[in-house]
Amino acid sequence: MPIIDIQNLQKSYRVYQKKEGLAAAVRGLFHREFKTVNAVRGINLQVQPGEFVAFLGPNGAGKTTTLKLLSGVIYPTSGSATVMGHVPWERSMDYRRRFALVMGQKNQLWWDLPAQESFRLHQQIYCIDKAEFARSMAELVELLDVAELLGRPVRELSLGERMKMELIAALLHSPEVLFLDEPTIGLDVIAQHNIQKFLKYYQQQRKITIMLTSHYMKDVAALCRRVVVIAKGSVQYDGSLDGIIDKFSSSKIITLLLSEGQGSAGLEKYGEVQSVELPRAQIRCSRLQVPATLAKILDTYAIDDVAVEDPPLEEVISSLYESVAEH
Amino acid sequence: MNAVTDTQLNETSIPDAVLNAVRRDRVLTMGHRVGIWWTIFRVSLEERLVYRGDFALGTLMRFLPIITQIFLWSAVFESLNPADPSKARMVGYSFPDMVAYYLLTMLSRAFSSMPGLASNIARQIRDGEIKKFLVQPVDLLGYLFLSRVAHKVAYYTVATIPFAIVFYLCRDYFVGEWPDATRIACFIVSVLLGFVLGFFLEAALGLAGFWFLEVSSLLFVYMLLSFFLSGHMFPIDILPEPFQTIVQYMPLKYLAYFPAAIFLGKVPEEHLAFEMAMLVGWTLGFIVLSRILYARGLKRYSGYGG
Repeated sequence: MPIIDIQNLQKSYRVYQKKEGLAAAVRGLFHREFKTVNAVRGINLQVQPGEFVAFLGPNGAGKTTTLKLLSGVIYPTSGSATVMGHVPWERSMDYRRRFALVMGQKNQLWWDLPAQESFRLHQQIYCIDKAEFARSMAELVELLDVAELLGRPVRELSLGERMKMELIAALLHSPEVLFLDEPTIGLDVIAQHNIQKFLKYYQQQRKITIMLTSHYMKDVAALCRRVVVIAKGSVQYDGSLDGIIDKFSSSKIITLLLSEGQGSAGLEKYGEVQSVELPRAQIRCSRLQVPATLAKILDTYAIDDVAVEDPPLEEVISSLYESVAEH
Repeated sequence: MNAVTDTQLNETSIPDAVLNAVRRDRVLTMGHRVGIWWTIFRVSLEERLVYRGDFALGTLMRFLPIITQIFLWSAVFESLNPADPSKARMVGYSFPDMVAYYLLTMLSRAFSSMPGLASNIARQIRDGEIKKFLVQPVDLLGYLFLSRVAHKVAYYTVATIPFAIVFYLCRDYFVGEWPDATRIACFIVSVLLGFVLGFFLEAALGLAGFWFLEVSSLLFVYMLLSFFLSGHMFPIDILPEPFQTIVQYMPLKYLAYFPAAIFLGKVPEEHLAFEMAMLVGWTLGFIVLSRILYARGLKRYSGYGG
């Protein structure tokens, strides 16, 4: 039985259309024009317990709106969803004690107090008993290596340190479902890596269900075996990360290491030349033609080494976004 | 759909979650609720004490207007009867009465004023910080109420001594008899209910932020009205009719005028029970109003924004 079950979920907003200029602003005092934005247009998704699912999509695709719906912050326009059997937007206290939402750009901790004070408050509001609290605190603090930061006011922590504290606050009550909205936004590479490592380990140990949105492909590649691409408010792809490349990229990149004295002239006959920096040259050709093209090249040129690779994931994803936007 | 099946786990492999579910389903005991309340109170108190310089200065500066008020009323009474200012009366108030009244309203306002409450609620709605109260198992109004109690407790701790000194120095202005036990009891209850009423009144204004993103002009109008109609500026019983009757039935007078009037014996014994009942009524009314506004506001917020 899926732990998260979303059926034809839709959400549209009405936003005030402000036109440019003072005259329009004055007219706006009397008559306002509203525009309906369909943020989520019929999402269907089932997530099994213990899955780590990534939500990908361009800005404004409906990822955050979907997470807000699943956290019960907003009501849908139509459709249904259940998480652990609860309808999120009923916001029962029981449901609230079983999940957590972390938003990379929102702060849940007390700004002026050390994080440990916020943790104590969480202990109370989430009804975590003393022994359990001490155990999870010790575990999380050790995994994230923040022991010496616990007593420091949150406003004095760096962005990466604060995100670690946010994660502790969200995980103290051992939620069964965790929603992460861009948890690594604005972090440097090392901090991102630390957060990834932690999430991966924690999820494997606890087998909790996590849904993550991120713009960093590294996050997704490191963490999630299942990727759901959302664009224009609906699911465009649901499957493995590698599957995206198989499905949406029809080309491969051939990298050649030319022997000394061998020029690169004429390579454009075999495919689209990506770059030439002798002795290295890269061409792109259709996936189906890779064997034939490679054979011809090897016949014609003196080659020391050769590699055939998929195009970078970022590129595939961005062309996927573009192709969706055109329809 | 579900292309990945290898990560799907058998539900029975997570006994931890099952245990948790059992733990979470239990109804909160009274002891537990008190534990939550105490923690919110304690953490808010600590937060309040972080900026101790600002806090101490803010607390002590509130005593400064006393001096100007004493001078002001002294000048007013002198002009009323230049020959013998001590015989001057203003609708039943002598000069010492007026100063005593002012000091007592200071005391009641120390309970009923809620600096920053409404604007803080409106800000939380505007920047979406309010989501925290939708996602976490904690009630916004209860939480804000407890942190306000903590703020007040911190304030009284610092302000008690200056208050005592001021009342001691100004003891000669209290010329009437010491009130009897009933009036003292009513005074204490009215000051405490004044806190509750003041809280829910301002909370209701802040919750209007669900409908109007900017509430500062609304708050400005409220502050202006409250300054005059609560009796902070002058005792409202010096107002001419019909304003006086209208103001006497409004809730604002309970924030400043009413406790002082009880203490000074301005509320006739036979009206006391009715007046106290009105205070309880207004307080309950605003509790219910803020609850309704919060519930409706959340509905609107969840429906349109988020």
